[in-house]
Amino acid sequence: MNAPVLDIKNLIVRFATNDGEVAAVSDLSLSIGKGECLGIVGESGSGKSQTFLAVMGLLARNGSVSGEAIYGGVNLLTAGERALNELRGNALTMVFQDPMTSLTPHMKVGRQLTEVLIRHRGVDKTTARNEAVAMLKRVQIPEAERRFDMYPHELSGGLRQRVMVAMALLCGPALIIADEPTTALDVTVQAQILDLIRRAKDELDTAVVLITHDLGVVAGLADRVAVMYGGRLVEIGEVHQIFRAPQHPYTQGLLACTPRLDDPATATLVTIPGQPPNLQNLPSGCSYHPRCPYVMDRCRVERPVLTPGVSGGLKACHLDALVQGAA
Amino acid sequence: MSAPLLAVRDLKVHFQVRSGGLLFADYVPLKAVDGVSFDLAAGETLGIVGESGCGKSTLGRAVLQLLPVTAGSVAWLGGDLTALDKKELKARRQDMQIIFQDPLASLDPRMTAGDIIAEPVRNFHSGMSGAAIKAGVQEMMAQVGLLPGMVNRYPHEFSGGQCQRIGIARAMILGPKLVVCDEPVSALDVSIRAQVINLLMDLQQAYGLAMLFISHDLSVVRHISHRVMVLYLGRVMEIADRDALFKAARHPYTQALMTAVPIPDPDKERAKPRVAVGVDLPSPLNPPSGCVFRTRCPKATQVCADVVPPLESAGPGHEVACHHWRD
Repeated sequence: MNAPVLDIKNLIVRFATNDGEVAAVSDLSLSIGKGECLGIVGESGSGKSQTFLAVMGLLARNGSVSGEAIYGGVNLLTAGERALNELRGNALTMVFQDPMTSLTPHMKVGRQLTEVLIRHRGVDKTTARNEAVAMLKRVQIPEAERRFDMYPHELSGGLRQRVMVAMALLCGPALIIADEPTTALDVTVQAQILDLIRRAKDELDTAVVLITHDLGVVAGLADRVAVMYGGRLVEIGEVHQIFRAPQHPYTQGLLACTPRLDDPATATLVTIPGQPPNLQNLPSGCSYHPRCPYVMDRCRVERPVLTPGVSGGLKACHLDALVQGAA
Repeated sequence: MSAPLLAVRDLKVHFQVRSGGLLFADYVPLKAVDGVSFDLAAGETLGIVGESGCGKSTLGRAVLQLLPVTAGSVAWLGGDLTALDKKELKARRQDMQIIFQDPLASLDPRMTAGDIIAEPVRNFHSGMSGAAIKAGVQEMMAQVGLLPGMVNRYPHEFSGGQCQRIGIARAMILGPKLVVCDEPVSALDVSIRAQVINLLMDLQQAYGLAMLFISHDLSVVRHISHRVMVLYLGRVMEIADRDALFKAARHPYTQALMTAVPIPDPDKERAKPRVAVGVDLPSPLNPPSGCVFRTRCPKATQVCADVVPPLESAGPGHEVACHHWRD
């Protein structure tokens, strides 16, 4: 892999709650290379969103963070609000799940777009307008000039998400963090938004973090995949390896319990028993052990660390090698 | 096929939407469901798919008479539900239940799980003893995979998957013949979704339920349905047996939907051809003339603008509303 755009080391995110402190992300390290798409997969509460909200300095007020997130030689976690403001929306951008709540409802789309250019690049209003309209056209918004003067509520969900993508691309970012960018969208629109992100990655060499629960979305776009469970990374590897030969029982279970259009329909779906873990009360040893079909005595007491798997990548599991196709 | 339990004929649900006018408001009809017909037999699942705004939820509710029907008939075991008065309808309702999308929002937060599940029994069998109700609730809870000790807990103490199990138990306790499932697994995590799908399929097997399974997720619909209906702007585009539809979809809209669904396999997902369709759903207040899909259809010609395509037979049990399905 080439030099990383973002290098996260030993990231810990904690939240102070009425019931005591909760660790949302524990000791997470990963890096994202230039022009690379890293898929982050996990269920609700796995810490996949909180990891990158922490990196962007967007944690809720009761959150605290430690560790490192190095971008361009700067640790984002200690850089301070002023330095972050120079980077956010400029070199580091985000696309959120719900475009209605992440666009300002009382500002025209055009002003929200030009604001980014005026703030970060210091261009005048006319230039900003021209560039913004050009970007709207680039993300295939029909009648871009007319939409420029509209309010977010006047646009459909798909168009709003295109505006979000346009905004994220305006300053030529080094990294886009897309947090469930298509979860609220219909499938035909989802396919179009994913195409836009793919084009940004291929044509502009932008690195992309794609946070999603949808394994199909990851399969289409990601170069590498990181799987999170209970606030920890449980497996990370090249996309083909993750889908062909997952090394962690959780990854294997997720793949097996996803109904898919390309399979002969089966009578019953394979399931992962039990519930995702409660972060306030994580199981001892490996957090996945109460749900794992391969659980051993060791798993209940000793937490596995990330080690190289037999087919490449890293996995946090005491099993030496997982039997493929067994789940 | 045995005589249908449910026979829906030319069902229309039109809403009057205010479109300006100061003293005397002008109203335009929004044709949420516009001429839908289908049969449903005992033990059969009809999947209803389509993108947001296609009328799939409205259709489900209209079948249960939870919304005023504008025209058409809903025949239940031969008798027309739309002709019944309130009292007669209430008596019928114990045969017909619904499961909603948001598991927490569809449960009363101030009632315990046990009370929620018992409520339908108290409504319909007021003479039943407390002990008998309790026994019935315990048995139902066991069937949907809830532990007996959970009976006195409140909805907020349960996870999403468990709340959905409570919703399923509430729907099942009267032994209904028809259950309308409105996006029952869309809000659930991947590993929990598979558990709930299996539960619904087991219950159907055990009780010979007829199900209307409304979902935007084609992979799930394919897994659970015997037949599938594709809706667009309130009209049926295509209806067919599951295998016929997924092997040889005839309607360009069905093809577009199917090819847009991401497949969790990196090689297949990146290699697969896509049927591209136009970006935006037309306003349902002002639907296109002729075929409602023509503004997004890659095959559209003049005839599509002039003539509404009727449902034509494209094989046994396979009907499609397209002028160009043979091309």
